Amino acid sequence: MKYQVNDKGYYGEFGGAWIPEMMYTNIDELKRRYLEIIESAEFKNEFDLLLKDYVGRPSPLYFAKRLSEHYGTKIYLKREDLNHTGSHKLNNTIGQILLAQKLGKTRIIAETGAGQHGVATATVCALKGIQCVVYMGALDVSRQAPNVKKMKMLGAEVIPVHSGNKTLKDATNEAMRDWISNPVDTHYIIGSVVGPHPYPDMVARFQSVISAEMKLQLLEQTNSEFPTRIIACVGGGSNAAGAFYHFLDDEQVELIGVEAAGKGIETEETAATLLVGSPGVLHASKTMLMQNKDGQITEPYSISAGLDYPGIGPLHAHLHKTGRAKFLAATDEEVLQAALLITQKEGIIPALESAHALVTLEKIKMQPEDVNVINLSGSGNKDMETYLNYFGY
Amino acid sequence: MKNRINQLFETKKENILSVYFTAGFPKLNDTVEIIQQLEKNGVDLIEIGIPFSDPTADGPIIQKSSEAALKNGMSLNLLFEQLKTIRESVNIPLVLMGYFNPVLQFGVEKFCKKCAEIGIDGTILPDLPLNEFEQEYEHIFRKNNLHNILLITPQTSEKRIKQIDKASSGFIYMVSSASTTGTGKKVEDFQQDYFEKIQQMNLKNPCIIGFGISDKATFNNACKYARGAIIGSAFVKSISNNDLFVESIPVFIQNILGK
Repeated sequence: MKYQVNDKGYYGEFGGAWIPEMMYTNIDELKRRYLEIIESAEFKNEFDLLLKDYVGRPSPLYFAKRLSEHYGTKIYLKREDLNHTGSHKLNNTIGQILLAQKLGKTRIIAETGAGQHGVATATVCALKGIQCVVYMGALDVSRQAPNVKKMKMLGAEVIPVHSGNKTLKDATNEAMRDWISNPVDTHYIIGSVVGPHPYPDMVARFQSVISAEMKLQLLEQTNSEFPTRIIACVGGGSNAAGAFYHFLDDEQVELIGVEAAGKGIETEETAATLLVGSPGVLHASKTMLMQNKDGQITEPYSISAGLDYPGIGPLHAHLHKTGRAKFLAATDEEVLQAALLITQKEGIIPALESAHALVTLEKIKMQPEDVNVINLSGSGNKDMETYLNYFGY
Repeated sequence: MKNRINQLFETKKENILSVYFTAGFPKLNDTVEIIQQLEKNGVDLIEIGIPFSDPTADGPIIQKSSEAALKNGMSLNLLFEQLKTIRESVNIPLVLMGYFNPVLQFGVEKFCKKCAEIGIDGTILPDLPLNEFEQEYEHIFRKNNLHNILLITPQTSEKRIKQIDKASSGFIYMVSSASTTGTGKKVEDFQQDYFEKIQQMNLKNPCIIGFGISDKATFNNACKYARGAIIGSAFVKSISNNDLFVESIPVFIQNILGK
């Protein structure tokens, strides 16, 4: 259990709950109760049933034959894009809405970047008939219009955030302010393995269903539950945390996270936090951040709104520091090419975020007998406009 | 030398007025003059805000002042430079208030030393929680005669209030209601039960009430339940877009303290 959170809420030197006192009561309640609740038989039954009948799990582990031939190695795709609402995000929001109900909360808030987590949150709120408010940077509201409309149709109130750079970081600030102002009735569904303890651990546990299924599916398809490597994209890092989770202590399995290089890690337009950042405190967590020498957070950039975040989950900062996982970065250009390749080789249009993971196939020398699992975290439906503009169809 | 915060609470028993402003706002080099004006007009304690890019506990007014201050070029280095000789002209207690990351990047030890050199009496760092403070940093603050002021809110349990009181020095910052700064919730909406509970707990530290104090009425009401009160957003707003704060500060303070 070397890579699990410790009882103080830390992964090595990263994590903790750097919260203002105004959030203490809520975070303390979560910290005291989350394990007892999510490990109860009642919770597990309800969670598993919804994952099966509502989300559509288990998601397939698909052997990508033509892509494998292209790269001269074995490539398996974990199809999180086939989940209800089109990404892995729903695994977490299902878990948290059930938890919020057990805590007696009657109002849900969330932040969203690309809108995937916002849609996943609005979805579970509709499912349970609970009031839902989603904070979204004003810039993202305009560039992710279809998801904004979906959230509204699902009954959520979408509040555009006009502060800062008007993107995910600013939406998160505003959601935290809402929680400070509404401490009694409200639960904050954070969408990634970021924020104060216990969120990183709680979200990783809800997403860990991805790697739990992988083990069973690999055993069935390859006669071993251990692949050579697992590859996932990383913004805050929730899909990667879920894909790595049950393999963390199996050190023979190579873990690779792929950050968004944007226009290149040597430029200022990047979101590759681990590769260009340094340790600091943001959104109540001590982790790696993109910041200037004065400790002011700098604005990230990526073509994919879902990876456009200047921090990263403390688990990944720890995996990076210890060397347990390797982290690469993929540029916008590389990502678009990788997305086109898988689309035309396999008939699967991936989310821009997930296409970052696919770029690894170009960068690492793989042996023919290697078993590579790529977590295809989301569908490209939301990105059609970007693809169409770029490829000129 | 005795900490000026302790001196203040020993000599003044009620109606202590503390004012917050964001360093570097409205203009980069206004810091010293604002401090001098506040003292001259009868303010008892000043909280100098260190601007941060992501002030999650603050409402729109302080967010905007922070953003403007950063755009003007404010940094912790520059702030210390501006305050270098502040003790030649200012005698009231000065507290630095801000988020933890800029302090962490500056270096906590170096930060505390600088504060001591200049004559800063305390800090308010809302996202440096009690247990992290006690485990990692308390000894550094103590060595430099700096009070790290902690917050309590209407949601804080009695058990935790006692813990915070034990760990506090200087005073306790009592957040009036569940909100960020400057949201316009009025003192009438404050939770009287909470104020009375705190009064009855006989804490070893004096309390000052902050959040939602914006005028004479809210100030006076808060002072019924605590040793004083803090005005932040309302003051920052009063000097926004104002090249003439030399004239506006006396009016603003007079409106609070005047008969």
